[in-house]
Amino acid sequence: MTVKMKKADTPDNRKGKLITDGQLDYERLIETDEFKQLVKKKKHFFRPYVIAFFAIYLMLPILTGYTSILEARAIGWMTWTWVYAFGMFVMVWVLTQIYVKKARSFDKDVEQLLGKHVRK
Amino acid sequence: MSFWSYSIFFAVIALTLYITYWAAKQTRTASEFYTAGGSLTGWQNGMAIAGDYLSAASFLGIAGAISLNGFDGFYYSVGWLTAYLVVLFLIAEPLRNLGKYTMADMIGSRFGAKKVRGAAALNTITIVLFYMLAQLVGAGALIKLLFGIEYWISVLIVGVMMLVYVLFGGMTATSWVQIIKAILLMVGTIVISFLVLMKFNFNFVGMFDVMRTATVHGESYLHSGVVYKDPIGLISVLLALVLGTAGLPHILMRFFTVKDAKTARSSVVYAVWIIGIFYVMTIFLGFGAAKFVGRDAIIAENSAGNMAAPMLAGVLGGDPLESFVAAVAFATILAVVAGLVLSGASAIAHDIYAEIIKKGKVTEKQQVFAARMAAIGVSFVSILLALGSEKLNVAFLVSLAFCIAASANVPTILFTIYWRKFNTTGAVASMLTGLITALVLVAVSPNIINPVEGAAFFVGEPLFPFVNPAIISIPAGFIAAVVGTYIGAKRHEAAEVAYAEVRFKAETGYRGAEG
Repeated sequence: MTVKMKKADTPDNRKGKLITDGQLDYERLIETDEFKQLVKKKKHFFRPYVIAFFAIYLMLPILTGYTSILEARAIGWMTWTWVYAFGMFVMVWVLTQIYVKKARSFDKDVEQLLGKHVRK
Repeated sequence: MSFWSYSIFFAVIALTLYITYWAAKQTRTASEFYTAGGSLTGWQNGMAIAGDYLSAASFLGIAGAISLNGFDGFYYSVGWLTAYLVVLFLIAEPLRNLGKYTMADMIGSRFGAKKVRGAAALNTITIVLFYMLAQLVGAGALIKLLFGIEYWISVLIVGVMMLVYVLFGGMTATSWVQIIKAILLMVGTIVISFLVLMKFNFNFVGMFDVMRTATVHGESYLHSGVVYKDPIGLISVLLALVLGTAGLPHILMRFFTVKDAKTARSSVVYAVWIIGIFYVMTIFLGFGAAKFVGRDAIIAENSAGNMAAPMLAGVLGGDPLESFVAAVAFATILAVVAGLVLSGASAIAHDIYAEIIKKGKVTEKQQVFAARMAAIGVSFVSILLALGSEKLNVAFLVSLAFCIAASANVPTILFTIYWRKFNTTGAVASMLTGLITALVLVAVSPNIINPVEGAAFFVGEPLFPFVNPAIISIPAGFIAAVVGTYIGAKRHEAAEVAYAEVRFKAETGYRGAEG
């Protein structure tokens, strides 16, 4: 197998020595349409969820710390504080299932990509 | 101490020792010792993650915190569960794709420099020691209470047991001890929760009405703010909880015990369900203890509330159930400390000895020997530290470990996978800044310097107001990563792996020649 070293004019080239595993031309691989598509799809999928769960998580201490709106009764004497916290549990389980479902489709994309560009 | 207690206790110990004997026969290579040969299935590893994660802090600590402080105790449950979304969405699969045995391996897959691996190993060892200290102090108190033996003997017993698991059985034994312990813990918690619900006539909502008048806090027991009066301090704690998990070396190491990223993913999914169901039940443990054991009795036994769950079991199910729960708590501590010893030992033997000192030129036999020696060393040091730490607050030690993990490891892990410009200088700067900031801020916090006499080591005004420094130290870790990267960019960055290769492998799981 031919060992392809990085070209001198690639933007990421630092003056120091870069090590590769000598297997594949990774610079070319990450420029393929399939890889770019995969990364783009993942980013589009992940970003809103990651932002949403951090926001929802950090809203809890902000709401309990600076306001008293969660101290009202929701169901019987279970206050909104508890409802919000249970909601976080439901959120974790729902997002986990959404992730798993989506990740299976990414697995297929990865298979296709490896099949086309790596395992010739 | 009754016949029941002794028999249940020794049954649990005998079972775990038998597993170790069985595992010892199949632990020959370094890969088997560190990662059980990567042979665990998704559900097995999911159970083991749960077993590793639901430590004394979760089982004894949260139950006690909810019983004494109401909703403020439940923050731990919310934070520690949500943390798995961070692990699942951002860390688990790329980590499995890039690493081999340890967290430093994964960072080292991009940065060849010894100092990067050394810094990662240093963080691992620091986190492991703090975390282990908490578990050993808890174990000492538990056995001392149950059998009435001296604290130092209790610590020695636990210390020797954990060493036996790791030394002879390696990761295979440790994983199976964790799996069995997770099952026992779930069974025990489900039984107690059922009994508590029965006492409340299976009226979940009505339970809150009862709790409104059941404690000294009155209605505020149902709200946030009993402990965390300062919102910024609360946010700081919650940040450490949610980001810390993604940087805990013994949890990250669990992703190397499966064969590929798909299995790593499925193990997180199993773990999320088991851990989530457990944390929901902490409400029953906490409420039940507050109502049926009572604040005074809980505090009389242990001022931090650590004995609330076993005491509740005793009230509801008598001696057999109390003994069972105590034995489960003991198994919990053993499983967690064994996992910790293993990650500490692998940082010393694999990262420092094999990769840095010997530059990767070691035989299988030398690797396993070094790992066993390191396990003895880690155990010895942690036992010594634990012997002198009887009076330390267990929950504080664990939250400190989470804070160091979040500040020192998480920025580097994330940037290694997702940031093209990130370099050796940035990685080292981030890891050391996160570690040092967290340690220094804690040293001048109310944990160490407190105006209340007897609450900490020194009497006086703390220089830093918050118990947990995460709100400063996590941003410090991220900022140091960025600043270090831009300062280092002008220099020669020898021995760095092309980012394209890291990126490609992280996304696809392609492993080069072996894959």
